[in-house]
Amino acid sequence: MITSRRTVLKGASIASLTLAAPGIMRKAWAAEPIKMAALLDQSGGLELLGTPMLEATKFAVKEINDGGGLLGRQINLTTYDPQTTIKFYTQFATQAAAGEHVDVVQGGITSASREAIRPVLNRFQTLYFYNTFYEGGVCDFNNFCTGSTPAQTVEKLVPYVMKKWGRKVYVVAADYNYGQITSDWVKKFVNDNGGETVEVEFFPLDVTNFGPTIKKIQAAKPDFVMSALVGAAHIAFYRQYAAVGLTKTIPIASTVFTVGGEHKLVAAEESEGMIVCFAYFEEIDTPANKKFVADLRANSSTKINYVSEVTARSYEGVHLWAEGVRKAGTTDRAEVIKALRSPVSFAGPSGTVTIEPKTNHLVQNIYLAEVRNQKLNIIESFPAQPPTDTLLVCDLNANPNQSKFYFENGLKAAGIK
Amino acid sequence: MDFILALVLQIIYGIANLALIGLGLAIIFGMMRVINLAHGEFLMLGGYTVVVSTNLSANIWIAMLVLAPVVVGIVGVIVERLLIRFLYGRTVDTLLATWGLSLLLVGLVTAIFGPQTATTISAPIGAIEIGAYASSGYELFLILLTLAVFGAVYAVLRYTKLGLLARGTMQRADIAATLGVSTSRIYMITFGLGSAVAGLAGGVLAPITGVVPTIGATYIAKAFITVISGGTAILAGTAAAASLLGAMNGIVTFLTGPTVGEVALLGAAIILLRLMPSGITGRFFRRSL
Repeated sequence: MITSRRTVLKGASIASLTLAAPGIMRKAWAAEPIKMAALLDQSGGLELLGTPMLEATKFAVKEINDGGGLLGRQINLTTYDPQTTIKFYTQFATQAAAGEHVDVVQGGITSASREAIRPVLNRFQTLYFYNTFYEGGVCDFNNFCTGSTPAQTVEKLVPYVMKKWGRKVYVVAADYNYGQITSDWVKKFVNDNGGETVEVEFFPLDVTNFGPTIKKIQAAKPDFVMSALVGAAHIAFYRQYAAVGLTKTIPIASTVFTVGGEHKLVAAEESEGMIVCFAYFEEIDTPANKKFVADLRANSSTKINYVSEVTARSYEGVHLWAEGVRKAGTTDRAEVIKALRSPVSFAGPSGTVTIEPKTNHLVQNIYLAEVRNQKLNIIESFPAQPPTDTLLVCDLNANPNQSKFYFENGLKAAGIK
Repeated sequence: MDFILALVLQIIYGIANLALIGLGLAIIFGMMRVINLAHGEFLMLGGYTVVVSTNLSANIWIAMLVLAPVVVGIVGVIVERLLIRFLYGRTVDTLLATWGLSLLLVGLVTAIFGPQTATTISAPIGAIEIGAYASSGYELFLILLTLAVFGAVYAVLRYTKLGLLARGTMQRADIAATLGVSTSRIYMITFGLGSAVAGLAGGVLAPITGVVPTIGATYIAKAFITVISGGTAILAGTAAAASLLGAMNGIVTFLTGPTVGEVALLGAAIILLRLMPSGITGRFFRRSL
């Protein structure tokens, strides 16, 4: 090989360019968009929740971008459809965090999906917002859980319905960790209020014939039924319950009903009088909420039957994160987490929500409502409720180096009786 | 006493429910050896037919008993012409093709109606009292309807010329063709009939279950277990398997809980298939329909 002066020069200039590249790239980086990933099921069974949640996430990003972006940068949202399949959650979380190097991941619907991606996002040091109401107990420095938890909802719901209907309770729940742990909380609060849980029954998610249980409920003669049933198949319970005329004699309270717009999936008389408790209802009568609901519907590419807590929280989750970034003045994960826990608040459709730094959960308003003619009639509201369940087991101020799910094996495992 | 009566009625309903959701599949699988994995989606389409037509203010009885089977029957014929008829005798291929079809149908319905579909229908028959216990009058209606559908399918297969030709074609398609039977048409009609029965089942179940695009998945497993446990005889097999599994499920659910009840149903099916690999009618009622 002949080495001429020219090739040497060429090589040298390429080498110097390569050396200079990080500097040049960093300059270009400043104008680069901030990256956000959303992992929300758009098919496979949970799209009932996932579709409106994604619309709300997109709407929040659009609002921020239209208002000039964050720190002068636009937000670039990448959406993944994990198809209600856990292995896709792990795969897409890895892709978003390790491949795309996103600044934040918003999403996960079931607790199982959250538990699948939480360790992945911890490993790749990617900030994570989980915006679904759940059974409580996550204690993870990197993970902000914005949904309501049983001490915020069940604790309000149980005493109210016991006072209204009586002290004998029959519990029906979905047979996976949400249903199991939530029914533990129901039992605890029923007991705390001097009541009696006559029976707890768990149903696999694909059960559609509730006949034998409805007969058992009639035989047990409880004062009311508390339901933590989940999903499309379980809607059959409410319909078959109404078909035997029981809704008039043994009323139902639920920790899940209406969150997927279920009260519009059954006939009006089938859900009449049911009492539920969440951190948000579409019917909240404030100008901020009316504007949110109207704007969300106007910006949504699909029809949203009912705007429920998970939808509003997906919107608020993005805005809370944005507040954290603004306060930190950077997208650096450690700085944003510090800013979020300082703490930040956001005044949104559900009222003001504030991050509770011991648990990375929210201090939030809670609303009790009754179903009347397929609408939710808000009976009572409880402002600024802390996540007392998770606070019992979690203190990230004292020990920030945690990424644990305390209630994974029920309340006893966490020392709660 | 009235509690026992109410409970027995409940168990009979559980049996009728299994038989009803399994029958359409049994016709298609038993007669044509086609494994229709889109069976659950055919039930879902029946439910959607009822919801959409009642939202357009059709009479609920007409919607359930006429429109649902007709619409899904037509869908079945179209599917058979466009997809299934190229795949006869290729069991694994039909399995894959109908699985794809089921995903397509779920996607299509979601695209058209969205993941949530508002409904206004509820069970059109009220509660009936058995002593101190209220039972669903509509469930009683479903039990009678299941008996009627079984009777009708039996009559068609046993006493009509179409039934004779269909049974002949299923036994030996080549001989039937030699004798001048258009086997292709027979296959089409049989598939349409099976689909129509599935549509009817989905339609009548609509008022007491949720109607969402993915609801088919909750039916398909139970329908399959019933049909496979039943064996080759369509009516006797489905009825026998539904009776055994439905009673098992109902009694165990009542004694313990729904989770163990489901396990009992599956456990019974596994033991049954271990002892009788070709289903109940592989050993008993062999010559029945």
